[in-house]
Amino acid sequence: MATTAVDLLPRLLLGVGERDMVALAEHHEVHGPPPDLRGWRPEQLVDEIAAAGLRGHGGAAFPVATKMRAVAQRRGSAIVVANGSEGEPASKKDRVLLRELPHLVLDGVAVAARAVGAKEAIIALEGDDDRSVRSLELALSERRRARLPGDPRIELFFVAPRYLAGQETALVNAINGGSGLPTFAPPRPFERGVRRRPTLVQNVETLAHVALVARYGADWFRELGTDRDPGSALVTLSGAVAAPGVYEIEHGMPLADLLELAELEDELAAVLIGGYFGTWVAAPDVPDVRLSGESLAQAGATLGAGVIVALGASACPVAETSRIAGWFADQGAGQCGPCVNGLDAIAYTVAQVAGGTGSRTAGDDLNRWLTELPGRGACQHPDGAVRFISSSLRTFATEFRDHARHGQCDRCRQPPTLPVPVPPAAPRGWR
Amino acid sequence: MKLQVNPIRCVAHGMCAELLPEAIRLDEWGYPILHSGEVSPTVVEHARRAAAACPTLALLLKADAG
Repeated sequence: MATTAVDLLPRLLLGVGERDMVALAEHHEVHGPPPDLRGWRPEQLVDEIAAAGLRGHGGAAFPVATKMRAVAQRRGSAIVVANGSEGEPASKKDRVLLRELPHLVLDGVAVAARAVGAKEAIIALEGDDDRSVRSLELALSERRRARLPGDPRIELFFVAPRYLAGQETALVNAINGGSGLPTFAPPRPFERGVRRRPTLVQNVETLAHVALVARYGADWFRELGTDRDPGSALVTLSGAVAAPGVYEIEHGMPLADLLELAELEDELAAVLIGGYFGTWVAAPDVPDVRLSGESLAQAGATLGAGVIVALGASACPVAETSRIAGWFADQGAGQCGPCVNGLDAIAYTVAQVAGGTGSRTAGDDLNRWLTELPGRGACQHPDGAVRFISSSLRTFATEFRDHARHGQCDRCRQPPTLPVPVPPAAPRGWR
Repeated sequence: MKLQVNPIRCVAHGMCAELLPEAIRLDEWGYPILHSGEVSPTVVEHARRAAAACPTLALLLKADAG
């Protein structure tokens, strides 16, 4: 495998310019012509990805090669689903990839398809994201005209812009013409997924990394990052910074360096790592944290899908938590009793505490629900919600006590640092 | 043997906690909480009966971890 001059950062975002998208010719100027995948045996590709140590970038950080092997070993012709439906309100990185670097994602789709023996692939993206849709359609027509060898047959699939739409079993269910809600596994998608075939679901950023591993090799990939988390990652940084946006970082980069790069605009109170289902790192702990799985685990966090939010001291963490708690309850699929009742009760009680009208048992109630709820839904939605709320209650214990006694504070009226989309007007049928 | 609840099927009839209090209690809305997934050999027979009695067949008793 030839290694060309591309070695340090940016990797994925190389070539991204002022224009809307990197066209096929520019893409090939940046990365050279695509490797002829027909020269690779599928197992060789999977082995290279295993050697690279690539993990998924959709949130769960599952080893990519392990998932590929599970699909490749099943009988029946496999299918690849590129998951670009990033329902997290604070995440923008998948959108950036689809809009600006569709060919990098499509190269990754082709490699993944070859690796699991799939002749068909589906790109799932949010249907209201016109720019991504346009970029992908343009990119696909460029590729058809160029007759790129090794491209599978590719369809686009539009999902509702809703957090749970991107959950793996929900996505497969939607593609199969179902309700688009999570299903109770087994069978898991790798066993029986889209059209009852073995299905490899990978996040679009993961596939972009796959494309680069196939071009430059595992050793090149490991030149950045840590042992457990080699390579780079896209993060979406927002909150109290002068330059919010999508950054490509090396795994293991100190969190403080990223914040410095984006320039804090306020005294830092805490940093949310891993998105709305993630974990807070309080300001005094920030200097100890690096953006790698190992370091984050010590802080009880994971990078998740790469959402990082800096919360300034002028924001109210209790009001922020209460808003998100309401969003959690609203975004559930409404299928599992423990999640419906639990998240509803948690959101209501957090709102009461935030307003100073909580009952005397509010604290005990919250602790009980937060302990009883994890693991009792068909998907991980309640688990993630509990992780965030528990982390908020721990990190901002003083502020919560203060609100319980005195109600709203001056900072409660600040515009949200963690915005939640306005709930869609009608489609009740979707629940 | 392992107990598992299919949370989509479960609609809180509560029979399981009635028939198998050794392993299952109910939350305040009537949905089951498993003390631990594992079923001790002494209550396997009760667990089997509880699984069979669930009106929505949401309680699953399985031989292995899956």
